[in-house]
Formats: sequence, C-alpha cells, structure tokens
Amino acid sequence: MDVRLSSEQQALRDAAARLADDLGPKSVAELGDGARAAKLDTALEATGWRELRTPADGNRPLASAVEAAIVAEELGRGLADTSFLGPTLAAELRRRASAPPATVPETVLLTPDLSRLAVAGGAGEPCSGTAIDVQGITSALALAEVAGGHELVTVPVYGTSPSRDLTRPAAEVSGPPAVRLPGTQTPLSAADIEGWTAFVVALTCADLVGTMRGAVELACSYAGVRQQYGTAIGSFQSVQHMLADAHVSVEGSRSVALHAAWAADTLPAGEALDAAAVAKAYCARAARAVCETAIQVHGGIGNTWECLAHVHLRRALLSTQLLGGVGAHLDRVAARREIGGVPGGLR
Amino acid sequence: MDFADSPEEAAFRRRLRAWLAENNPGLPASSTSDAYWDGQASWHQALYDAGFFALSWPEEIGGQGLPSVYEAIVDEELAAAGAPPRPSLGYLVQGLLRHGGDDVKRRFLPGIVNGRDRWCQGFSEPDAGSDLASLRTRAERRGDEYVITGHKVWTSYSDSAAWCLVLARTDPEAPKHRGLSAFAVRMDQPGVEQRPLKMVNGITREFGEVVFDGAVARAADMIGEPGEGWRLAMTVVSHEREPGELGYVARYGKAVNELVARLRAEPERFSSENVRDVAWAVVEAEMLRLHVCRRLSDRLDGVSHGPEGSVDKLLMTWVEQAVGHAALGVSERTAGIEEDTWLKMYLYSRAQSVMGGTSQIQRNLVATRILGLPAS
Repeated sequence: MDVRLSSEQQALRDAAARLADDLGPKSVAELGDGARAAKLDTALEATGWRELRTPADGNRPLASAVEAAIVAEELGRGLADTSFLGPTLAAELRRRASAPPATVPETVLLTPDLSRLAVAGGAGEPCSGTAIDVQGITSALALAEVAGGHELVTVPVYGTSPSRDLTRPAAEVSGPPAVRLPGTQTPLSAADIEGWTAFVVALTCADLVGTMRGAVELACSYAGVRQQYGTAIGSFQSVQHMLADAHVSVEGSRSVALHAAWAADTLPAGEALDAAAVAKAYCARAARAVCETAIQVHGGIGNTWECLAHVHLRRALLSTQLLGGVGAHLDRVAARREIGGVPGGLR
Repeated sequence: MDFADSPEEAAFRRRLRAWLAENNPGLPASSTSDAYWDGQASWHQALYDAGFFALSWPEEIGGQGLPSVYEAIVDEELAAAGAPPRPSLGYLVQGLLRHGGDDVKRRFLPGIVNGRDRWCQGFSEPDAGSDLASLRTRAERRGDEYVITGHKVWTSYSDSAAWCLVLARTDPEAPKHRGLSAFAVRMDQPGVEQRPLKMVNGITREFGEVVFDGAVARAADMIGEPGEGWRLAMTVVSHEREPGELGYVARYGKAVNELVARLRAEPERFSSENVRDVAWAVVEAEMLRLHVCRRLSDRLDGVSHGPEGSVDKLLMTWVEQAVGHAALGVSERTAGIEEDTWLKMYLYSRAQSVMGGTSQIQRNLVATRILGLPAS
C-alpha cells in the first residue's frame, strides 16, 4: 500500500489547478464573460483531458480513474464552467460497450431526477431525460433495451435549461427518437452499468472535494480581511471553529474520494460501487455543510447573488444529486451489509 | 497510488490472519468492561511475541523497523477478526524516543514495547487541563533524586501502571512553558497514592487520579534535559492525536462489525433509523481507515508530525461519536433483553472529544496553524 500520488499525478494536478486558476471565473460577474469561458473551453480541449477514458491499448482507458478524479477535483475547486464530467462519463460508457469514440461533443442523458441513465424502449423509440454538463455539447448517450442488457443510443442536444448549478448547464430532451450508434457495440450487462456507476460516483466525489476546498479557501480569505469590532473576523474563535470543522471535513472527504477513484479501476464492480457509496455518502454530507459554512462566514454578503459562496454550494448540490446523494448511498451501504436499505445500481 | 498490498504486505497479512484465527483472546472492549484489563497485558505480550506489534518502531527498542503502513494492515485484520485492538501506547514510545537519552531509552523502551512494563501518563491536573503549562506539581532536587509533590488527574491506566511519565515543575522562576521537566516515576512506592475514577458509563479501571506526596524519582530517570518537559509533552500529545499511532481503526472497525451483526441477526427488532445510523457509522469508520492509509503513506516521504494531527483527532472523534450514536439507538431497541454494552459504548464516546486535547483546542490549532487565521 502506498497511496501517495505519483510525480506524474502531481504534475497533472498542478496543471489542472493552473488551468482552473488562470481561466476559471473569479467572480459571479465573470460567469457571464463568454470570451473567458471560451478560452477555458479551448484550453481544456487542448489538454485532451476529456479523452482520459477513451480506449488506448486493448480496451484499457488512456488514463486511470485516479487521473480523471485529479482533474475533476481541480476543476471543481476553480468552479470551471466548461464541460468535463459529461464528456468523460460518455467516453467511459462507450469504452465499456466497446463502441467507437464519439465524433461530436457528447454527454450522457439521465432521468429527470439525475439518479440514473435514461432508458429508451429501443432504437427508434422516443427518448426523454436531462442531458447534464452540456456547455458546447451537441449529443447525449442513453440506454436502449436489447436482448441480454442494454445498448447505447444517442439523442441530439439543443440549448440549455435552468440548472441549480451556475457553472454546468443542463438541457431537457423530450421525446426525439433514439438513434443507434454506427458500428458495432457489445450489450452492457448489469455489472457493466454497476462498474460505470462506481466510476461516475467516484468522479462526483472528486468534484465535491474540489468544490468544498474552493469554498473553504474563499471563506478563509474573506475571514482574514473582513473587519468587525475593529479586527478581522477570522480571529474570533466562533468563526475559527466553523472553518476548522470545514477543513477537517474536506480532509476526510479527500481520503474516501481518493479510494473510490482507485477502486473504480481496480476492484470488481460490486466492491467498487461500495467504495463509491461510502465516499459519496461522506462527501455529499460534508460538502453541503462546508458550503453552507462558507455562506455563513460571509454574513449578509454571503446571501447575495454577487458572492461566489453560493456558486460553490450550487455546484455541490448538482454533484450530490448526480447518481444519488447521501440517503441513496447510505441505502447502498446498508444493503451491501444486509441490514436493510435497497440494493443500488441500475437493474 | 495503490491501496492494494504489495506481495510482502500480502504475505504478512496472511500470516497475521492465520495467527489471529488461533489466538484471539475474545476480550470485551476496554470502553465497555473492566474485565478487559485482566487480559490486556497478556494480549499485548502475545501480539508482540508473535511479531505483530511494534512493527514500525526501531529495532534497538524491540521494534521491527518496518514502514508504518504495516500498522494499517494490523488494524484492518484485528477488526476483521473481532480481536482486541493493539495497545495504544505509541505516544509514550515516541516521547521517550525523541527526548530520552540513550540510557533512558535502553532502560525503559524495550519493556514498554514488549508489554512487560505498564505505564501511565501524569500530565493533567485539577487546575491544568487545556492550559497544561500552568501545572503545579513540583519536582525538587535532593542529591541525586527529585522529590515530587502534586496531584494528577484524568490519568488513563493509572490502575495497572508500574511507571508514570510525570510532568512536573523543576524551575518555578522560569516562564511557565520553560520550567517543566519529565520523569519516569515508580508507582509502587510510599508517597504515591492512586485512586480509580469511575467514568460516566460505570467502568472503573481505565481512568484515575494520582497524588504524589514526597514520591521520589532518580535524577537519572529524568526524560530529556531539565526544562525540556513542555517539548516532550507536545511530542506526546501530538502522537496521542493520531489514529494511526493509537490503532483506533481496529477499535471502530470491530465496533461497527458488531453493530452490523446485531442488526443482521434480528432485523425485525430495528427501525429504519437504526439502519441509517449504523450505515453512517460504517461510512465514518471506513473513512478513518482510508484516511490513516493516506497519512501513513505520507510518512514514506519522511513527513514529520505537524498540526494535521489535530485534523486527525477531530476526524477520529467524529467517527467514535457516530459509532456511539448508532450504539445508543441499538441500546434502546435491546433494553432489558441484553447487557447494556451498547449504552456503555455510547456514553464512553463522549470522552473522545476531551481526551488527548479537547475538540475546542484542536479547532484552535487547525484554524491558526493550518488555515492561517489570525490568533484570537
């Protein structure tokens, strides 16, 4: 056992952090700056990080889930408002189905509650759901029922619809016919989808860790400059203790999220999903509390649209909802230990 | 980045698992039964003699000099076997290793490590809890001895200890942090009176107070230099905050396994709230296991102990208290039909946010030393 990041992984982390710091939004006003967002999108495209899960030799991915999680964490920390999660999840789904890589920018289509992949009755049948993380995206992958499991189909994605997350828009898809992928693919079994789910949940945990790290940094720098009673509010123990708890929550979350990412490529699907469920229950519970603390430390300013704290909270709320939050994952943990809950995963 | 065992680690894990299958003494938890202490010394010695204790400590004091990640394997296997945790005395060992001279190390450490000598730690006093440096116990030089007078309290293991690591004031004129020195003091001598303190859950053999009234320590049994007591105390408490040093991953893993087994045995007795609480305790315990893997891996770089011990202490506290709350729920559903072990487990968990430095103090340290917030 040696869970230190390799020097290559540290370099990847530093590069992702630089990208997010240089081109991510530094204020709520900058969220509306299309020229900046376009530069971020171009820069991310140039890194090739959206293709980390495309097949390299054999059907192995170009990079491990740990590398994908490293990028996701840094993009979450910097509130990167460009698509990464969507294309990564789509590439992972294609890889697991041994389907050829996407030829257009692609995400995945989920049920409206974002708890699982949308399923069409078959190719040519109407397909509905919510396409996630659709910045610059024109197509979404969904499932269609076939003998022996599910196959991949696509639907076109147009425009965006309101999302709780101001950095990653969604798009509603209402009933276009599902289109069969060109070329051959292998039907996805329940275990394939379980493995995909473990990967996705692990990535949402990485994004949560990043988002809450960013929220703690934001709140600490504010507490260091905001003065009341003639002194910085960060010198008051009541404020210090809230921020200390937030930092501790982030550290615990990093440990479970790192393990879930490692497990996604290493353990059998059931065990990987259990590792992901443990991580998601922990990270999602922590993230909401940490982002709420960031708002509280900002006081009245924290309750205005202009303060970035709610952008962190909103991003955390979306990452929490994706493939299930605290309750759904505690149920998975309980079910696996045969003490109740409901068995998780798509069946 | 790999959580999996290396071939050497896997072989070690197999040997340990086979040994545990034959040698688990089946002791009750120290937090719920005084009977634990009847078997503690022999468990320590058996674990040591079989080569499964003191793995990462230096060979010259009886350790094996292995990377500390081996300790994580021990904790996982102890929990899986439902065996007692390894003895929690790493903080004493680290304090003596870092501050003791060669003579002190040679005389005391092998006995602590191999389990033949029991030790306790006399730091806190009635008027010196969080503000430890204000302690008033005095040690006065008389020839080649020191005479010790004072009152120590909240002393874990005073009931069974042969030696006490006493922090005492040797220079009343010096500023409060600089006038302290540390001594190894024999407990079985005139002038030492030990009284057990009954804890809130009713157990009586873990916790005590010790009155020193003219007790004697040899000058040669001073640990470190005169005035080095505060630095030694900081070394000790920083290690006392670390779950990897304490072996608490095994404690919580075992408790959680017992809670899961209790629910599984009789599901109709328990509510959905019980299920959620136990599932959350599972998540918390697993978090700590993985967090310790991360910390022990960082030590492969030679990373030294800093303020992140306070982070780990708070995480460990949250785990213990989540396990405690799950146990409380189970105790309500099993009241009157079995022993109140679950209630004792819950009540004991309240001590975790106080012992080894309160959660309030840990938060102060995280805020000022890690987050860089201005001192209040």
